[in-house]
Amino acid sequence: MTAAPPLIPTEGTSMSTHETGGRLNVPGTPIFDGQTSRRGLRLNKMLMSFRSAENRERFAADEAGYCTEFGLAPEQTQAVLDRDWTAMIDLGGSIFYVYKLAMMDGRSMQYLGGVFTGMTEEEFQAELRAGGRRDG
Amino acid sequence: MADVLWGLATSHVPSIGAAMDRNKTEDPNWKDLFDGYAPAREWLAEHEPDVAIVVYNDHANGLDLDIVPTFGIGTADSYPVADEGYGPRQVPDVIGDPELSLHLLESLVDEGFDLTVFQELEVDHGLTVPLSVWTPDPGDAWPCPVVPILVNVIQYPQPTAARCFALGQALGRAIRSYRDDVTVGILGTGGMSHQLAGSRAGFINPEFDHMWLEKIETDPEALARLSREELIREAGSEGIELIMWLIMRGAMHEQVTKVHSHYFLPASNTAAGIALFDNRTA
Ligand SMILES: [Fe+2]
Repeated sequence: MTAAPPLIPTEGTSMSTHETGGRLNVPGTPIFDGQTSRRGLRLNKMLMSFRSAENRERFAADEAGYCTEFGLAPEQTQAVLDRDWTAMIDLGGSIFYVYKLAMMDGRSMQYLGGVFTGMTEEEFQAELRAGGRRDG
Repeated sequence: MADVLWGLATSHVPSIGAAMDRNKTEDPNWKDLFDGYAPAREWLAEHEPDVAIVVYNDHANGLDLDIVPTFGIGTADSYPVADEGYGPRQVPDVIGDPELSLHLLESLVDEGFDLTVFQELEVDHGLTVPLSVWTPDPGDAWPCPVVPILVNVIQYPQPTAARCFALGQALGRAIRSYRDDVTVGILGTGGMSHQLAGSRAGFINPEFDHMWLEKIETDPEALARLSREELIREAGSEGIELIMWLIMRGAMHEQVTKVHSHYFLPASNTAAGIALFDNRTA
């Protein structure tokens, strides 16, 4: 039996529960906050529309036209057409919404994890099986 | 008097449902997870409640980002299973208990928790996977009617852990003030540590998860003191959804009896945990 460790080992960072104003900064961690969601609203609405098979077909028939219909910004449309997953996140996509497009392409969440971390899907999967990735 | 019979905390990772739907539970990558569920499932099969409350979040299936309610409650007769993009899971639709829903809503609003009301709601893996963890072979129907409680864990600012715990405590009082003498199972879903996007994708923190699994039983107040920033840093940007376990725990007595717990990784990109507590006083 060891002595109970502190709830969370701290590194001298602020522990305030009620900080307001400044944005959260956790390295390597996109925070899907209100400003991000504002930026991504049109993109996320389009991705949400892929719940219906009919819409998936219409998108497949004319991807750029479908993006225009939903009012995406040009760089958002480009990210969708290029399947630039990192750019979609940077331009306001929520990972749960972006994943809908990945699923249509037959891509897994491990594939996306590999893209976000510069690994192949297999390498990323192996890191998860080995117990997951840590900070740093 | 109605009361909570048990509380079940469980991850709701879609691939857990998919592994069951595709008969992969004996697959070497999955076997330990499902073996770990077995003792809980056996106990649950012998302790069927009259109604269940499932605390969960939607993942771009029942709701989109037009409206982001911090807390919500379903008041429908039934909740269809959502098509998440590859056809709905082949599991029964979820039968509701609108009378209990409306009672809980009124009690919670009276206590200052102004929940958004969902008269129509399609439920996704966030709700159906926990039902499958509980009942692997439901046949034509889940064991009992369900009241969904929704929590925004996707868009910052999520409710604080403290607010979730307080909501759970108010929910417990609301259940105990229900006129009927019903027994309630409550499920707190999501987690454990994981992060899906960014260069820290794949982050998992077993030390944090084990701490959480212990404290959810013995010292939930300590977990309720964690800030959003601490939760995102220690549990990952998606692991913050563990706050939903605190709603379940808050609705239970201070002292609960652990029936079973199990920890497994990875379920897709996530550390998966289960913890089952008996709420009856000895
Ligand atoms: Fe979730």
